[in-house]
Amino acid sequence: MTFTVPGPVMDEINGHGEKSYPEEGAGLILGLSEGEHREARQVLPMPNHFDSHKRGRRYRLDPQEILQAEERAEQLGLEVIGVFHSHPDHPSAPSQTDLDWAVPWYVYLITSIEKGAASETRAWRMLEDHSRMVEEILEIKDGDG
Amino acid sequence: MSHIRVPTPLRPYTEGQGKLEVEAGTVGEALLELTTKFPSIGPHLYNEDGELRPYVNLFVNDQDVRTLDGEQTPIKEDDTLMILPSIAGGTI
Repeated sequence: MTFTVPGPVMDEINGHGEKSYPEEGAGLILGLSEGEHREARQVLPMPNHFDSHKRGRRYRLDPQEILQAEERAEQLGLEVIGVFHSHPDHPSAPSQTDLDWAVPWYVYLITSIEKGAASETRAWRMLEDHSRMVEEILEIKDGDG
Repeated sequence: MSHIRVPTPLRPYTEGQGKLEVEAGTVGEALLELTTKFPSIGPHLYNEDGELRPYVNLFVNDQDVRTLDGEQTPIKEDDTLMILPSIAGGTI
């Protein structure tokens, strides 16, 4: 599957990860899906609701806020197609915790934040049988078109 | 009629439908109606022991059923049962 993210949307994802550093930053990705292709249109940075002393290594989104995001997506004619989160001073690969919680179908963008600066983002998807996450092709599109 | 709202990750199992009508008196009955009509969604809601998976959140309108009566929570005409995934993870 190919996942396309417009440059300005990727900038916003990177910015949220940097602003949240040294804690993990996370949010939802709204966009469109068609067959094996998904395209991000906008992101909703959201608060990290994990216990404050563990937010450097964990994130959790609030179900009520997920519900609001679903409703907003519907109003815009979009879908919640994925989740983004940062790994402060860690590689942009899924951890065991990511594997434990990943929901099949969603695309998970993981951005490595090295010493406060976004360094690399990779896209992952959990297989239907929950056995592992596979990397997807991430295409960054210049401009907003 | 009440409604069930299905999140995007589960729509492949409901023939792409995000909102379904059900005739049910409780959350449990609504889920039974859903899994009877679309059996392939069942394993994504329940584990092998028939318990709701921990990453499945259920809301009636805007109230989490865990703060109400769980699957026994009544649903009325025009109520919407929302299924929402838990979204979490971490660095290590």
